[in-house]
Amino acid sequence: MEAFLHQVLSGLATGGIYASLALALVMIYQSTNHINFAQGEMAMFSTYLAWDMINHGMPYWGAFVCTVAISFVAGIIIERLIIRPVENAPVLSVVVVFIALLVIFNSVAGWIYTYTIKTFPSPFPQQPLFGNRFISSHELGAIGVTLAVLVLLYVFFRFTTLGLAMRAAAQNQVSSRLVGIRVGWMLALGWGLAASVGAIAGMLVAPIIYLEPNMMSGVLLYAFAAALVGGIDNPFGAVLGGFAVGVLENLVGAYVIGTELKLTVALVLIIGVLLVKPTGLFGKVFVTRV
Amino acid sequence: MNDATTTAPVISIPRYAGLSLRTWKAIGLVALAAGAVTLPFLISNYRVFQFNMVLVYTIVLLGLNMLTGYNGQISLGHGAFYAIGAYTAAILMDRFGWPYWATLPVAGAVCFVSGFLFGLPALRLRGHYLALATFALTVAMPQILKYKHIEHWTGGVQGIVIVKPDPPFGLKITPDQWLYLFTLAILAVMLLIAWNLLRGRVGRAMVAIRDHPIAAEAMGVNSALVKTLTFGVSALYTGVAGALGAIVVQFVAPDSFTAVLSINFLVGIVIGGIASISGALYGALFIQFIPNFADQISKAAPWAIYGVFLLVFVYLMPTGVAGFIRMVVGKLMRRHAPA
Repeated sequence: MEAFLHQVLSGLATGGIYASLALALVMIYQSTNHINFAQGEMAMFSTYLAWDMINHGMPYWGAFVCTVAISFVAGIIIERLIIRPVENAPVLSVVVVFIALLVIFNSVAGWIYTYTIKTFPSPFPQQPLFGNRFISSHELGAIGVTLAVLVLLYVFFRFTTLGLAMRAAAQNQVSSRLVGIRVGWMLALGWGLAASVGAIAGMLVAPIIYLEPNMMSGVLLYAFAAALVGGIDNPFGAVLGGFAVGVLENLVGAYVIGTELKLTVALVLIIGVLLVKPTGLFGKVFVTRV
Repeated sequence: MNDATTTAPVISIPRYAGLSLRTWKAIGLVALAAGAVTLPFLISNYRVFQFNMVLVYTIVLLGLNMLTGYNGQISLGHGAFYAIGAYTAAILMDRFGWPYWATLPVAGAVCFVSGFLFGLPALRLRGHYLALATFALTVAMPQILKYKHIEHWTGGVQGIVIVKPDPPFGLKITPDQWLYLFTLAILAVMLLIAWNLLRGRVGRAMVAIRDHPIAAEAMGVNSALVKTLTFGVSALYTGVAGALGAIVVQFVAPDSFTAVLSINFLVGIVIGGIASISGALYGALFIQFIPNFADQISKAAPWAIYGVFLLVFVYLMPTGVAGFIRMVVGKLMRRHAPA
């Protein structure tokens, strides 16, 4: 029972990280109908920036804030320079642009920081908090930070004018333009926010899986799956999907099949869910008019 | 009224240097075929091997283009079918002593069945959801191939080494040249079948389902059947190519069939040209040679250079190389068309 609880809790911790990245995917998907395959590599690169700053003597939270800010600006720049020109291109061309971004980030990170595995510090204490035996401080901290980010984003989108404008731009570009919203900039802001959220996810996961240029490939796959299971057009679904995938992954690995096939089994289960509910658990079902 | 004297309106067929587009196409095709046959006798054995892989990839991209380009089902999982084809050939040759050529139909059949079966659940998924499902297949494939209870078939992590076949009938050519010509012949047959399939009723049904599924159903197209069959045929092409690839490389191992392979295939059809038969060749040339070329430019970050190439291609030719060529040819023809 104790071991089971431990598996569930640490699943929730990694699930929170998947949820953050899934949320980043959903943010970009909602406004542009594109899945950003490079989201994971962008997060990885941000994490390297944070690592660099910490190594140069910056305190952890200072580096954290700086990284989030830099990622925000970088996200906007990427949207403006690279994604904007292919705005109206066929979907598959956009997919190739994302793949290009993915290999560029991956390769440049390997070039600058080499492929050797690095440890990334955790801001949380070594000893488990409150003397509990089930969950490490970092895992607890990761859940906390994830939840804080979610609440902040919710407040931003729900209660600020800018958030409202962004939601409007995502929902109906033409009408938004008519009421004076600068849709192009709203999309760019969305990219910036997604890059920041991704950076936070990267910094939270790095102490667990270590820092190296390919660290995010597995995480991105789970985030992708989480977003789809929850329903790619529903932020809450994506977050729930993230937690569910994290717990599922851990339990499957511990009790069903062992770690070597756990990725496969997790994916098969996810596809099983999709077969029953093809638009995800909380996705919108589109009714097509003939 | 004398109808015979009124001249029928002449449809102005665009011509260039006195020949119609069709004639030019035929001439180009013959020249390409002649070039392809003589190529292995002009270059080194290593280059022959590389071009052999181009031919193999062309078959894959033909199959993938049927599914993704013509039928609109995005697949990120064709690396898995390629792996199934490759392993079928390797196991038949290594464990059962089959001749290499006899493994191709079996590899094709096995992949057709697996593709058809995978196409059944895939019917419910579309767009990104289908991409995830197929991607899961390709991610799972290396792990399944390493699975210890089928190790005596697959050779586990070590994989299987295959002997390179010798040229038959005492031909005085190197094994590489022979394999190249063999692959070229298979490609020619596969091309002919694909071309016939896509320009006929089935091809129209595939495109109709892609462009407007409901209208296609209303016109009497059996959407479910066409979609699953397309999946099967697409996997068949990929499987035959996988078997050829295994024979050419002389080696199969789980880690040669990673997700990167599937992504490369998708890149190939987009760069070559979606829903275009000739695009398969351009895409195959791209995925075979551009990574090497990028490696020559920068040893430090070859994939960054590769990524830049991808961006440049997508920006300059949004409809792929085939679309770009079509545009240029169209412009030339119009300029020289009789006013």
